Amino acid sequence: MINGKSWKYGDNVNTDEIIPARYLNTTNEKELAAHCMEDIDPEFVNKAVEGDIIVAGDNFGCGSSREHAPISIKALGISCVIAKSFARIFFRNAINIGLPIFESEKAGIEISDGDSVKVDINSNIITNLTTNKEYSFTPFADEMKDIIKAGGLMEYIKVNYCSS
Amino acid sequence: MGMTITEKIIAAHSGHQEISAGQFVYADVDICLGNDITAPIAIEQFETLGVEKVFNPDSIVLVPDHFTPNKDIKSAQNSKLLREFALKHQIKNYFEVGRVGIEHVLLPEQGIVVPGDLVIGADSHTCTYGAMGIFSTGVGSTDLAACYATGKVWLKVPETIKFIFNGKLNEWVSGKDLILHVIGDIGVDGARYKAMEFSGSVITDLSMDDRLAMCNMAIEAGAKNGIIEPDDCTENYVNGRAQREYKFYSSDADCEYHEIHEYDVSALSPQVALPNLPENVRPVEELSDITIDQVVIGSCTNGRISDLRIAAQILKDKKIHPSIRLIVIPGTQDVYLEALKEGLIEVFIKAEGVVSTPTCGPCLGGHMGILAEGERALSTTNRNFAGRMGHPRSEVYLSNPAVAAASAVTGKITHPEKIN
Repeated sequence: MINGKSWKYGDNVNTDEIIPARYLNTTNEKELAAHCMEDIDPEFVNKAVEGDIIVAGDNFGCGSSREHAPISIKALGISCVIAKSFARIFFRNAINIGLPIFESEKAGIEISDGDSVKVDINSNIITNLTTNKEYSFTPFADEMKDIIKAGGLMEYIKVNYCSS
Repeated sequence: MGMTITEKIIAAHSGHQEISAGQFVYADVDICLGNDITAPIAIEQFETLGVEKVFNPDSIVLVPDHFTPNKDIKSAQNSKLLREFALKHQIKNYFEVGRVGIEHVLLPEQGIVVPGDLVIGADSHTCTYGAMGIFSTGVGSTDLAACYATGKVWLKVPETIKFIFNGKLNEWVSGKDLILHVIGDIGVDGARYKAMEFSGSVITDLSMDDRLAMCNMAIEAGAKNGIIEPDDCTENYVNGRAQREYKFYSSDADCEYHEIHEYDVSALSPQVALPNLPENVRPVEELSDITIDQVVIGSCTNGRISDLRIAAQILKDKKIHPSIRLIVIPGTQDVYLEALKEGLIEVFIKAEGVVSTPTCGPCLGGHMGILAEGERALSTTNRNFAGRMGHPRSEVYLSNPAVAAASAVTGKITHPEKIN
């Protein structure tokens, strides 16, 4: 169960905004977290607290392949990202590193900044506790569920390829 | 039901006779690419597996091109990580400074990627190689780490959108303008998760450099890959460079397309993308009062020899406008050397531009031409997000190399036909 306060952004939030290239000379998760969302919301790292949720419009995470983007979000303690839609490399990176993401057209539109939001992964339901509205999210393919259940692609590989 | 070229290549790499869009596969990877930004995370992830050896050292390519020659100590540490990993695992395709070039210019040029391949790269512009009839797509660092260990990647077979270009291109109009026109039409998520297949008589007549520039920007429409069926142009390009055997695939006549877009491009003029998205596209003649501070000619989109030739053709015997900084970046050492032999480098220097060693550099706001607050660049690169080239409140306009060179002369966004 995920439960947190929403920080709302628009369409086409790109990876340059999530983690600008000037910080890509490190792979240190804490350093990346310190600059999360810096070029779209410079105050984000000061406002957001552990467990909070990012909610956005279409094509979240478009642009570069930099895994530093979902890493910075996860390392800051953001519990999940809900968007109308995700750019494809950000989507697979999030699955691969175990950052929960949920695609929901209506939730992406209707959840407002500051709303209290709950996600029940088992029943595929997003609940806006502020407005008492419920939304479904696009279910994952079975093969992706296997990666998610394992805790990410590295864990999945360890069990399925490296143990024999 | 027939298959598209994209479906055929994925099928051939995943043990399937037939495959269709939406299917989930673990595909065998011919080449997996990482750079000095993305490979360090992949290497660190790979090392958590406790696996002694990589699956196939010959499939791994390491190209430290983004922040090299190392711009600072942290970047130097990352490059060192790549160098040591390459040594440890006997990876022959590691490119040290002096041999390195911009990855998506370098790999086709050196024949490391060949038609019929399935290629992944931890760089979003890996889609470039589709120009050679390759299924090639951008992934993340963890995908790369998994591929180091297993030789495989997980993929969902994409639906294909076909783009047919009819007519005859005007002078100064290039592959860059075709792809900007398409992105302007369908938007930055218009092909999200999809394959973009480019075809038609205009594509048949297009050079490989221009085809590479087009497929390079498929990601700017959200696509998984861009692709062009191999033909005589492909054969002429790969013959003599291919390091491995190659195979030409093509789409079946009865294959299924998600959508088909048809354009008559005879009236198309050079296109420019305005800040802050590549979809904000206008014809160059509508922007003649936009002044600029910096012009960048280079990148994985337009850092090839034909790009430098057309820029030099415009800049020959001219000086750039006094308020302009012109930065020219040949894509590889071979491109640089050829430009030197042809006298192009002399043209740029006499025009009072600077010529840089091959690097991604300013394209992503890395180094070698960062913008200050409020500054505006016209660039032959592929992305113009807010702050992409430096300060969050700086601007990037995107164009082809001819428009970039013409604009360097006048100090304003300029149609090349205005320069004599």
